[in-house]
Amino acid sequence: MTHTVTTRTRASRLATIAAVLLIAAGLALPAFVDRSMIKDLFFILTMLTLAQYWNLLAGYGGLVSVGQQAFVGLGAYGLFGAAIVWGMDPVLALPLAGLFALAVAIPTAFFAFRLAGAYFAIGTWVVAEVVRLSIAQWKAVGGGTGTSLPRSVQADMTGTDFVGTLFGVRSAAAQDILSYWLALALAVATIGGIYLLLRSKAGLALAAVRDNAEAARAVGVDAGRMKWLVFLAASFGTGLTGALIYLQKGRISPEAAFSVTDWTAYVIFITVIGGIGTIEGPIIGILVFFVLQTLFADYGSTYLLALGMIGILVMLFAPRGIWGAITDRTGLQFFPIRRRLQKTPRPEP
Amino acid sequence: MNWLDTILQGILLGGLYALFAAGLALVFGIMRLVNLAHGDLIVLGAYLVMYLVGALGINPVLAALFAAPLMFALGWAIQRLVLNRVLGPDILPPLLVTFGLSIVIQNGLQMGFTADSRRISAGPLETASVDLGFVTLGVMPLLTFASAIAVILVLNWIFYHTAMGRAFRATSDDPVTASLMGIRPKAIFAQATGLAMVVVTVAALYLGMRANFDPTIGPARLIYAFEAVIIGGLGSLWGTLAGGIIIGVAQTFGAAVNPEWQILSGHIAFLAVLLVRPRGLFPRAFD
Repeated sequence: MTHTVTTRTRASRLATIAAVLLIAAGLALPAFVDRSMIKDLFFILTMLTLAQYWNLLAGYGGLVSVGQQAFVGLGAYGLFGAAIVWGMDPVLALPLAGLFALAVAIPTAFFAFRLAGAYFAIGTWVVAEVVRLSIAQWKAVGGGTGTSLPRSVQADMTGTDFVGTLFGVRSAAAQDILSYWLALALAVATIGGIYLLLRSKAGLALAAVRDNAEAARAVGVDAGRMKWLVFLAASFGTGLTGALIYLQKGRISPEAAFSVTDWTAYVIFITVIGGIGTIEGPIIGILVFFVLQTLFADYGSTYLLALGMIGILVMLFAPRGIWGAITDRTGLQFFPIRRRLQKTPRPEP
Repeated sequence: MNWLDTILQGILLGGLYALFAAGLALVFGIMRLVNLAHGDLIVLGAYLVMYLVGALGINPVLAALFAAPLMFALGWAIQRLVLNRVLGPDILPPLLVTFGLSIVIQNGLQMGFTADSRRISAGPLETASVDLGFVTLGVMPLLTFASAIAVILVLNWIFYHTAMGRAFRATSDDPVTASLMGIRPKAIFAQATGLAMVVVTVAALYLGMRANFDPTIGPARLIYAFEAVIIGGLGSLWGTLAGGIIIGVAQTFGAAVNPEWQILSGHIAFLAVLLVRPRGLFPRAFD
């Protein structure tokens, strides 16, 4: 008998097949469903992506940020700036918007990492405020009141014609489908990328730092480097997602793009209720959140109050969320990252 | 720009920020808990004082005296029922729970008092001023600053001259050893949060009398308080006052140049201090 190290489980093999089928179905879906459903799916996919990045930061990196709205807003404003000031095609400007967020993330990390533990959280919030107040001074994109993407910019977007002809729809509907496809691609790339990262050597180092920073350092893990890696990756991804969200909305203002409720409170809720520190958690969380949002969002304050209460109760009584409760009972893991020793029969000589 | 006037107004404004910060520093010092709902609790206190003024027809200071024990009880209960359960080596649960609490308080206030902005009327005190010849100072800012100093003196007296303060310091240094000496850390934590809420009531009184408030302004107060604490260096309450003054002066200077820059320049001053002195101006020797 020999032993090999593996992370795979039977469920994970099934999950891989299911994921491929789901992605294929997701790509073909615009041919079968109406526009409002495409918009709902866009919302689900983008919020899921944001939640995955926040989960990467807080759940895996131990960096609890309440300032991720800074990067959503920066990405969004990066996109609007590139489209309005430079006249760039917004689809092509998306990666640039992500880089814009990344560029601000570097000094942010420099400041915020000076604050230990819990103070890091408020440090990120301060930076988000600084960014919001500074962007509100940028008159070319509407200053404090905000602005809209010019209609011509939206209509001439790369790919709109192609999608329009493919599905035989008008320009506005084609834009929605295109945004949805981009959101699907981003969500798949994000989940896939995070999963690969966590299964790699870097992922092991990350888990070691989260569980015990001193012990990790003792075995040669550079904790500081891991924190930088995670923070910058999450900022870039969050910025890209923010840009895509506002490309679809078409209208921006500092209040909305840097909203702590929309881009941080909701995202934290999704991650916490689903199960923090797992890839499956945010996926379950977004489904729960979407149902709550559809049914109760009209209740305004009462709804938000209830979300806050649920979040507190989950942290108190089920800190590992819905997915944690499921794995405890069934041992199910669709995205396993734990390395297990497996006995394999020695091949005959 | 009148330099002297701007600096003096900034220093007095710093008193208000020190009041915001004292409760936060107290709780952090004793149980290493960062309460993200601190600003919202201040706003809640302001609504409570306003409500008591209206319901009992009394003056705001008297109303704050009535509000203080209620706020103490609220802090005690929050600590006992919620925060004590999540305190531990992992910083994530207490942060997320207090973040949730912040959302609950904000939206609860919106349901109870609508989103309209309110004010606690302080009568002629609001506009009263003292003419010092070279500069005129408002009575309200002067009272705020004096209250900040009084709060710090009282808190320091409690820390160093009472049994409760001794228990606070012992628990802060080492909860395990303290519990060997017959102190129950969780009970101490509840008292500390209660005391912090009394300080919050004082902060709330001035918040409400000096300017309009609405249910959403809590997080901004939290951020000022936090900045004052970090600039001060987590070492002492006097350091926190110094931190508050730095934020206050930066804000009045920013506002004197361009009113839109008031808040931003306070934040930038904070980041500048963080850049030069990462551990604040008066850091504690350990931790």
